[in-house]
Amino acid sequence: MKTLAFASRNSKEILRDRLNLTFGIGFPVVLLLLLTMIQSNIPVVLFSIDKLTPGIAVFGLSFISLFSGLLIAKDRSSSLMLRLFTAPLTSSDFIFGYTLPLLPMAILQVAVCFAVAFFLGLGVSINVVLAIIVLTPAAVLFIAIGLLCGSLFNEKQVGGVCGALLTNLSAWLSGTWFDLDLVGGAFKGVAGALPFVHTVKAGRAALSGNYSSIFPDLWWVIVYAVVIMVIAILVFTRKMNSDNT
Amino acid sequence: MIAIQTINLTKKYKGKIAVNSLNLTIEKGELFALLGLNGSGKTTTIKILSCLTKPTNGDAIILGNSIISNPIKVKELVNVSPQETAIAPNLTVRENLEFIAGIYGSGKKLSKQKAEDIISSFELSSITEEKAKTLSGGWQRRLSIAMALISEPQILFLDEPTLGLDVVARRELWSVIKRLKSKITIILTTHYLEEAESLADRIGIMAKGELKAIGTAYELISKTNTKRFEDAFIALAGEGGIQI
Repeated sequence: MKTLAFASRNSKEILRDRLNLTFGIGFPVVLLLLLTMIQSNIPVVLFSIDKLTPGIAVFGLSFISLFSGLLIAKDRSSSLMLRLFTAPLTSSDFIFGYTLPLLPMAILQVAVCFAVAFFLGLGVSINVVLAIIVLTPAAVLFIAIGLLCGSLFNEKQVGGVCGALLTNLSAWLSGTWFDLDLVGGAFKGVAGALPFVHTVKAGRAALSGNYSSIFPDLWWVIVYAVVIMVIAILVFTRKMNSDNT
Repeated sequence: MIAIQTINLTKKYKGKIAVNSLNLTIEKGELFALLGLNGSGKTTTIKILSCLTKPTNGDAIILGNSIISNPIKVKELVNVSPQETAIAPNLTVRENLEFIAGIYGSGKKLSKQKAEDIISSFELSSITEEKAKTLSGGWQRRLSIAMALISEPQILFLDEPTLGLDVVARRELWSVIKRLKSKITIILTTHYLEEAESLADRIGIMAKGELKAIGTAYELISKTNTKRFEDAFIALAGEGGIQI
């Protein structure tokens, strides 16, 4: 009950920030349209819609980190957090209260990407539903990154880390824009050690019906999501119990 | 019946003592004002008693519950109106009230009912659908106190509730606080001496983390051989203040 009351307030705060919301859902859609237009005007296959859509969906999820990070950082800098910390809420009420409203938003964002892709030539199949399910752990991962950043940084810093750094990392190191084999070396090594490329690969495998290739890439995402969520919970709890929130 | 009892309550921040062996007893239904200069330990005391920060030493018993061993129970019994206005800016007045009722365990229906009741008693009906961030400072402070009361606390901490308000808004809040007197226990911190003199049953004066004196305004004037409460306060809380 307490968690749901807190989650409801967080939903309203996010949904009423129209600028962030429009940008978060609109920007990935614009990219999808733009890159599809480029593809239609070049002779080589660079951005085929079935490869592009899971990548853009993952890129779009980085905005969810920005939403969650900003919400927590804003709360931490306000007196409202003092009031909330004096309420009988546990750290799990806080974490679930922040996560619950973001998860359906993240899934909706991924679904919007696929819905737009249908109009751009993506075939309608049950694999789209599977791809959305496969991308759900990635949604949890990006929410956890936002929770962690919001617990550690102030509003301005969250804007820099989640808004600039994370969006770029998730774009360049995901293999969405170009094949990582083309660069190779340390760049490919770093990309392989991070979860973004694995998320896109798992999503592409699900979408193409290549079910046996979903794992082990999905394991990377799940392990990253669990580890970062645990770290976020620990950091938030520590902040909650410290003298300076 | 005792509402609050502190036992050698001490708080140190990086070796600096903010509250030093505070021993204080506040009766149920009392309006107790805690006065002191900046940095005297008033807000730290409120933060400890509301379980926002842990004491370095000592304990406090709130309506029979230790703030150290049973903070969740204590949090269910108390509520705080912090120094700065603590509201959710993008929620309406009604949503803010329902939100706080919800996080204190009320279901949706009960939260709505409680919000309706407090809107009526705090005369907020003209602004219920306005977003909190669009309200004037006085209305925001009134909402902040209403949010603290919606959980029906047995003890209410008001940390400088009228700070920064104009004279009219301050007097309006005083009448709200007076209406609450004797119904619940209120611990008020303030820099406005006339506020404490007008509202409080008893006044505690803190200086450098220690409780220097305790009593009614009249008793403090009498004990310090002064003529006005302001003089009594300066004698107790000022540099080299006396201990009585």
